[in-house]
Amino acid sequence: MSAVAMERPTRADAPGAFAKAAKPALSVLPFLILFLCAPLLPGWMMKVPQAWTIPFIDWTNAFIDHLRDDALFGLFSFRDFTRWIAELITWPLALVEGLLVSGFPAIGLPAMPWVMTAGLCGVLGWSLRDWRLGALAAGCVAYMAIFGKWELSMITLSVVLVAAPIAGGIGFLLGILAVKKPWFEAAIVPVLNVLQSLPHFSYLIPIAVFIGVGHKAGTIATIIFAIPPMARLTILGLKGIAEEIREAGKMAGCTRFQMLWMVEIPAARQALLVGVNQVIMQCLAMVVIASFVGARGLGHDLLFRLQSLKIGQALESGVAIVLMAIVLDQLSRAAAEKQPSHLAENTSWLARFPFVSIAIAVCVVSLVLSAITPYASVWPTEWTLSTAPLWDGLVDWITLYFFDPLQYFRDGMLLYVLIPIRGLFQQIPWTAMVALVAVAGWSLGGWRLALIVSGFVLFIAFAGFWERSLITAYMVTVAVLLCILIGLPIGIWASKTERRAKLAKLWCDTFQTFPSFIYLIPVIMLFKVGDVAAISAIIIYAMIPTIRYTVFGLRNVPQDIVEAGITSGCTQRQLLWNIRMPLAFPEIMLGINQTIMFALFMVIIAAFIGTKDIGQEIFRALTFNDAGKGLVLGLCVAFMGLTADKLITAWSAERKSRLGLV
Amino acid sequence: MSDPKIACRNLWKLYGPDPAGFLKRHDGHPTIEAIRAQGYISAVRDVSFDVMPGEILVVMGLSGSGKSTLLRCLSRLVEPTAGEVMFEGRDMLRATDNELIDLRRHKMGMVFQNFALLPHRTVLDNVAFPLQVRGTGRQERENRAREVIELVGLKGREGYYPRELSGGQQQRVGIARSLAVGPDLWFLDEPFSALDPLIRKEMQDEFLRLQKVLNKTIVFITHDFDEAIRVADRIAIMKDGAIEQLGTAEQLVTRPATPYVAKFTENIPRDRLLSVRSVMEPSAPRKPAKDAIRADALLASVARRIVTTERPIDVVDDEGALVGTLDRGSYIDALYDQEPAR
Repeated sequence: MSAVAMERPTRADAPGAFAKAAKPALSVLPFLILFLCAPLLPGWMMKVPQAWTIPFIDWTNAFIDHLRDDALFGLFSFRDFTRWIAELITWPLALVEGLLVSGFPAIGLPAMPWVMTAGLCGVLGWSLRDWRLGALAAGCVAYMAIFGKWELSMITLSVVLVAAPIAGGIGFLLGILAVKKPWFEAAIVPVLNVLQSLPHFSYLIPIAVFIGVGHKAGTIATIIFAIPPMARLTILGLKGIAEEIREAGKMAGCTRFQMLWMVEIPAARQALLVGVNQVIMQCLAMVVIASFVGARGLGHDLLFRLQSLKIGQALESGVAIVLMAIVLDQLSRAAAEKQPSHLAENTSWLARFPFVSIAIAVCVVSLVLSAITPYASVWPTEWTLSTAPLWDGLVDWITLYFFDPLQYFRDGMLLYVLIPIRGLFQQIPWTAMVALVAVAGWSLGGWRLALIVSGFVLFIAFAGFWERSLITAYMVTVAVLLCILIGLPIGIWASKTERRAKLAKLWCDTFQTFPSFIYLIPVIMLFKVGDVAAISAIIIYAMIPTIRYTVFGLRNVPQDIVEAGITSGCTQRQLLWNIRMPLAFPEIMLGINQTIMFALFMVIIAAFIGTKDIGQEIFRALTFNDAGKGLVLGLCVAFMGLTADKLITAWSAERKSRLGLV
Repeated sequence: MSDPKIACRNLWKLYGPDPAGFLKRHDGHPTIEAIRAQGYISAVRDVSFDVMPGEILVVMGLSGSGKSTLLRCLSRLVEPTAGEVMFEGRDMLRATDNELIDLRRHKMGMVFQNFALLPHRTVLDNVAFPLQVRGTGRQERENRAREVIELVGLKGREGYYPRELSGGQQQRVGIARSLAVGPDLWFLDEPFSALDPLIRKEMQDEFLRLQKVLNKTIVFITHDFDEAIRVADRIAIMKDGAIEQLGTAEQLVTRPATPYVAKFTENIPRDRLLSVRSVMEPSAPRKPAKDAIRADALLASVARRIVTTERPIDVVDDEGALVGTLDRGSYIDALYDQEPAR
């Protein structure tokens, strides 16, 4: 219990009904005036003139060049240092890779037989949840062997197994430091915000500059990419511990060190394990994309096949990645959910540690098996199955029967919807945009928020890529609107019964674990390349949070309020629109906020299939190793996302507190 | 009489921009109006009391009255703004971090409203935790933990995890943990408030049984006046951070110091709280009747005699000497007249 009931300050100036309706209208007014008068405006108000642009890119590049070539710490340069770090990473990588797939030729030791890997994964799944998870894990590992993806998938897995603990460890330490030192938290949280909204590619370019391209560069990029979520969840987890638990620790006479290691960290165990789950999934997503800087494995295979438009084979790799994502997610999730239970006393070692015993048995049996038959250690090539012909057949079938309708749909969308909207967007003067976010920020959160969000937009405008940014904004806007149009009804439908809600959650969970790159495969299959394909990919990927939050929001409306509605004689429809929807709306807006973030991530990846926006520029920067450009453009994308994020979360928080939901 | 185990003098805890400076500007005694006008929140306001060895002091108040903060100021989980807290004659507020850790490891135990058990440790490890942090060896601390677990009636559950236990059982673990180090001073912060009424009653009995064996000095927080009456030696009633009245339950009921206290006590069943002594008429010394009643008997226990006897009944003390008489009229008045007995 807190010490004293806080008195909530009552608002003296209750706005009248007119003022209430006029406020949102007023906030778009400056924007509308500037937008409609666009033809009359002087050129400098439309687009920041070349002469005014601030050379962020040159500055960044100068700094990077300085780091790369000049910065010396006594005996070595910064680049030497980064390369040295990269060299360190090859050790654990070689160890895990050797264990899983390549063996240790130097000492004549073979890799683990595939039966053993599958068996151990099965036991792990079984011990963490139940035999079904064990069967899933073992089955998926066996799939890799039987369908000829063994080597690729084990290379990818070994990157994840090396990168995840390192990233998790670093993120964990940063999180602890942030919780213990307020100044550090104040410094690191904004940085984490930006890092988590930077597109994947922006991480790759500096890596390519400082470490070069190749497998280890990909691994390092993966590690760096996965640090922020762990740091954030560590902070959340440690702050979420009940004050009483901390007081119990103090009253027991804990020193600060004992407090941290014996009370706080164990008590936050569950939140920390959720962080580990996030880290693993981020690692997998990144290692697929890191194939652009030469990381080997499934992602590289997928990229290669997509580039040569071998859709069937690409799908095959895609399925392997998806299976790996599902297994990794389910295993780490099960670990987070597992609760300790008491053991019966005075039982045998075998009964007390059943899974350790089974794991040992699995190892022994598989070693014996592989001594008897080589088939148990390496799946024979001549027995390898391939699903590629099946997928190719599917693609051919779609092309044969749906080519015309798909073509019409694509052209129609492009001509009558997308191109006109794009035209509209490209006419937005930068001054109008600044005015819009500034007024919105001011009315939602005062001058501080207004300053922050207009700062973001000004950065984008003065970085000199205004038109490209508008194209990105247009694609994201269209995609997000469609996500809402499609996702909201699905969410409402799914929220009707407990069973549907569970199903929706399962699907959302599953689809969200897939690395975003995967979503390009079906859209290429259907729409080849271009805006329609890109927007479709964004929609599939970004719709997930809208659905998830809609279901969550609608299901979590306080039950007594719903019952009050029912007893007042509401029909189902009235119940939805008069009670559930208004109360769930702040939550749904948070979902839409996430959708915008997801859309921004995807729009950049969609550069791979030929868009004309900022993503394409970043993509080009990657090809030319232009780290400055890649970073500045990445920041532009991040700032777009953060502008939307700041405004929406401010709105949602205000709305929630007004509804008394927090 | 011996020295108080723990005492506090003019204890203040204010929340706001500059509590210490604010207090200084008002010479250490701002009025509640001044506090509110300046946007400060007073959690503890000029509180002073002593707790004697072996005594149970119950601090009672509604939520937001500052009782939990007061307890946390005594244990220095919360740093008071001003005042002093003397523990066995030593100033707690001057203790360094290390001295504080040492005190808590040896002299204090605390039970929390929501149990505050460590979810990743078994019952045994939870109870042994305070011993573990002070560096007691495994064998010794587990033996001690088993003893305390048996004392609170949880023998056989040592290997369980907190989430596998019911609320009442969890609080027994909490109690066992707070007793593991053998503290002199025992803080209980609404220990039974999170339990349902039947379990609460059972736990109060359990608590009284333990206290009979252990004889600790106790500061017990509750918002439940019935609970306060059941367990307390003395009760302090708090409102807006200040103590309205401190006294025995009988004193609070028969002589409430403020209207607030009177309101609190008006619905208390008096027949189980007041003793004959508090309502009897004094009388001149003479030889008491054979069927005299005892002065410290509760009113409820003499109800039958009152109904069946026309004349005033003689009241005697422990030695059998006459101290007064009880007549039907004053008995009825005490029970049903809302005015306190005159």
